[in-house]
Amino acid sequence: MSGKSNAFGTVLATLGGWLMARAWLLPMAYAVWAAVHPAAYVAKFELMAPLTLQNFAKAFAAAPFATYFLNTCILVSGILVMQFGICTLGAFALARAPFRGQGLIFSLVMVQLMVTPDILIVENYRTLSQLGLVNTLTGIGLPYIASAFGIFLLRQTFRSVPKELEDAARMEGASPLQILWRVYVPLAKPVYAAWGLVSVSFHWNNFLWPLIVTSSVNKRPLTVGLQVFASVDQGIDWSIISAATLMSSAPLLIGFLLFQRQFVQSFMRAGIK
Amino acid sequence: MLKQLLRTATIGASFLAMQSCWAATDITFYYPIAVGGPITKILDGYVAEFEKANPDIVVKPVYTGSYQDTTAKALTAAKAGTPPTIAVLLSTDMFTMIDNDLVVPFDDLAKTAEQKALLQAFYPAFMANSMTGGKTWGIPFQRSTVVQYWNKDAFKAAGLDPDKAPASWDELVSMGQKLTLKDASGKVTQWGVQIPSSGFPYWLFQSLATEAGATLASPDGKKTFFDDPKVVEAAQFFRDLSVKDKVMPEGITQWGTTPEDFFQKKIAMMWTTTGNLTNVKAHAGFNFGVAPLPAKMRGGSPTGGGNLYIFKKATPEQQEAAFKFVQFLTTPERAADWGIATGYVATRPDAWETPKMKAYVASFPAAAVARDQLKDSVAELSTHDNERVTQGLNDALQAVLTGAKPADVALKQAQANAVRLLKSYQ
Amino acid sequence: MAGAHRQSGSVAGGTAPPAHRLAAPMQNWLMLLPALLFLVVFTIAPTIVTIIDSFWFTPHGAKAATFAGMAQYEALLADPIFWQALRNNLLYAAVTVPVSIILALAMALWTNGRIKGRAFMRLAFFLPTMLPMIGAANIWIYFYTADYGLIDQIGHLFGAGSHNWLGNPHTALGALMVVAIWKEAGFFMVFYLAALQQIPPSLIEAAQLEGANAWQTFWRVTLPLLMPTTLFVGVNALINSFRVVDQVISMTGGGPDNATSLLIFYVYQTAFSFWDTYYGATISTVLLLGLGLLSFLQFALFGRRVHYR
Repeated sequence: MSGKSNAFGTVLATLGGWLMARAWLLPMAYAVWAAVHPAAYVAKFELMAPLTLQNFAKAFAAAPFATYFLNTCILVSGILVMQFGICTLGAFALARAPFRGQGLIFSLVMVQLMVTPDILIVENYRTLSQLGLVNTLTGIGLPYIASAFGIFLLRQTFRSVPKELEDAARMEGASPLQILWRVYVPLAKPVYAAWGLVSVSFHWNNFLWPLIVTSSVNKRPLTVGLQVFASVDQGIDWSIISAATLMSSAPLLIGFLLFQRQFVQSFMRAGIK
Repeated sequence: MLKQLLRTATIGASFLAMQSCWAATDITFYYPIAVGGPITKILDGYVAEFEKANPDIVVKPVYTGSYQDTTAKALTAAKAGTPPTIAVLLSTDMFTMIDNDLVVPFDDLAKTAEQKALLQAFYPAFMANSMTGGKTWGIPFQRSTVVQYWNKDAFKAAGLDPDKAPASWDELVSMGQKLTLKDASGKVTQWGVQIPSSGFPYWLFQSLATEAGATLASPDGKKTFFDDPKVVEAAQFFRDLSVKDKVMPEGITQWGTTPEDFFQKKIAMMWTTTGNLTNVKAHAGFNFGVAPLPAKMRGGSPTGGGNLYIFKKATPEQQEAAFKFVQFLTTPERAADWGIATGYVATRPDAWETPKMKAYVASFPAAAVARDQLKDSVAELSTHDNERVTQGLNDALQAVLTGAKPADVALKQAQANAVRLLKSYQ
Repeated sequence: MAGAHRQSGSVAGGTAPPAHRLAAPMQNWLMLLPALLFLVVFTIAPTIVTIIDSFWFTPHGAKAATFAGMAQYEALLADPIFWQALRNNLLYAAVTVPVSIILALAMALWTNGRIKGRAFMRLAFFLPTMLPMIGAANIWIYFYTADYGLIDQIGHLFGAGSHNWLGNPHTALGALMVVAIWKEAGFFMVFYLAALQQIPPSLIEAAQLEGANAWQTFWRVTLPLLMPTTLFVGVNALINSFRVVDQVISMTGGGPDNATSLLIFYVYQTAFSFWDTYYGATISTVLLLGLGLLSFLQFALFGRRVHYR
């Protein structure tokens, strides 16, 4: 988008981008406002409103956030590792030369893309309790391991890898697993990055299933801690719920800020190839 | 499959071994966090105290989100064969629990004279939702009613007596009109009153219907009377408050934002749960009052809130331990303590005679308003297939309030819907 | 296992493809096995149970389930709330899918270029995906509150009146759509961003050398190259729009008078509030059929595209 004749257009586009980014940030900006001011200022935007950390203190005192935080970290990283491993293998198999039953398997995968896990809660809970996995982090994660979304995404990527690369590797005597590891996985890096981001964000914020599956404090993830403030019997207390929201999503936000350069670079590197 | 069996067997065996080792009874206690924040700390304190007094019982409290989440969790667990031992669920869930064969009546569990006496200890208004077919299925724990809160400063500014809330529907309208203020452009800056209508409008509406002299459902939960002319009258009044009398914001007003609307002085009066008292006391930046709801044919409001239920699937030892825990949670002292901490109505008359409660009422008379309204209170709408029957009424009310359907048509449809749903229970 | 693979690989590496073809299916099945296992246990089996359940009446406590045949489906056809939820959902999809896609593409183009503060912009756009729904929903409830809510406060500056956005059946669904777009567009941006990074700069340069302006370059080079991503994002957005439940639960509960009831919300309500699990299964089955059709279309479209290469 270079060229002098387009300078005006570029300025306009930049302006538009900025405006939209601002608009997108509003809810977050409001959360920050509500979290650092006393409840009396949740709807009064005065520059000189007194600042306070009380809301954070109250939110922090209401639940063992440190434990929840640790659980969430274990949970999302566990799910991510398992998803990457299992879905990479599956996607690779589905991306290769057609074999009998491939189409059927692929449509089975698609079923999962369509079914909201929430609908299957009762059945899946029954399965977990038969496996003795109720109230464990493993139990929260298991239903999400075979991610149709991931398999689908990787399969599409793998299929677009030029056949010559695989052939070359095979000439050198690489086994299929080695080909997968050396040729396909590196080429799919941006997809892993994108999907990883999506998966982490999703499982960081997943609520209903973890709530149903867990019952002891030391097994529960962060969002379940947030529920304490989401009750509406007394109406919404925006200052506390904002503070709690910020607290529970802060690690994710900071992580994104810190790693987004690497994240984008991995896109870049893949792009150059 | 075999492996799974083995595994289950091993777990079961080790569980048994552990149990016989400690000789302790484990009970699981599902508790919905309906009032936010430090409440869990108070309950944890109760549990610790109880365990100290009963070393052979281990209580595992599980905080389970909203009432809806709690019911979902309890039923999901029950369907998988592992229900809790005891849970706080909505009093209106009684028929659902019975129909799903999940709970046991307390009468069957009461052995000692003390336990039998407990069933008689609570306000009759609360027991109306806890008993059916002559049996007691729930023990009142965190119960509420609807009351009106009013902004005394706004009353004074409007030239009204700041210490007198409307006592009748007519007063509600006439005072509401004085309290509804407009700016130069004709835009309303303060509304007279707000009766929230999102989520579960039936509950607040039931106050109006009761005041109009109607009953919404039969005590056995098998019949509803949604198309009774008095119910229609109440629904029409609800709608008229915003379109004819113009004292209430139009459309569906949110339950969750109503307290904030009140704090922001957008509304001069609000109808909401007594459970909000502590919240309003903490956040209202003006003088406020609490009063029973205004009357038409009569005064009155439905009760609301949660009961303690004991589950059928638990072992007799667990059930016995659970009953002990129920007794512990509902002593007059603890009922008083819980009421003061949360704003719920202390559930038994003798709780109000405890020194702690007396001192609290003396320092904060508004706390006793809900209790005084109990004599006029009726059972909250509860039927078989409760959620669905109620949802039909909710839909009808929202249709009336948004002007989509006239009151008589909407309520007739809700009644037909209820008749259809309840057919199999007759 | 690796050894076995090596062997078959080296055989195939020579000039004997038939031998490789014999071994490949086995390898494929082995690689698929773990994924399949989890899929079958946690998705396929429960889905089949759901479909079977839809032909029965929900058991109640001691009362066992009775066979319903098509009765539940007949009830569904006669259920006005189902039809309303379906209408709402179609409208919801018709608006949120294209708007999210266009915004996602715009976001990706902005943050892919050399714009000032693009890191910040990326964060801004992606942020909604990272906020827990409970918190975000409550913040949006504040935005939509009449009078002192943020939208009305801003509106007042321009002389607008007060609006009860969530309490008016004409605006409530629209209000939910805005939240959905806000939450989703940044999520889809990531995919466009990844795709944009993979477009060889030489292609763009070539177009510019031929005298195409930025708009023409975008229209004739970039957009066609992004087509697979657009398809992927589009189908995902479509499927998502039939999977929305969180916002509805936390913001409107389906009200006023079912104006914001969407299909999955109705399933959720039926299964977890009415506890008519088997009727919920009936609605789910119908929904599954519809989504199955969609994914079949997607499969066909994608398959064709890949063969083009």
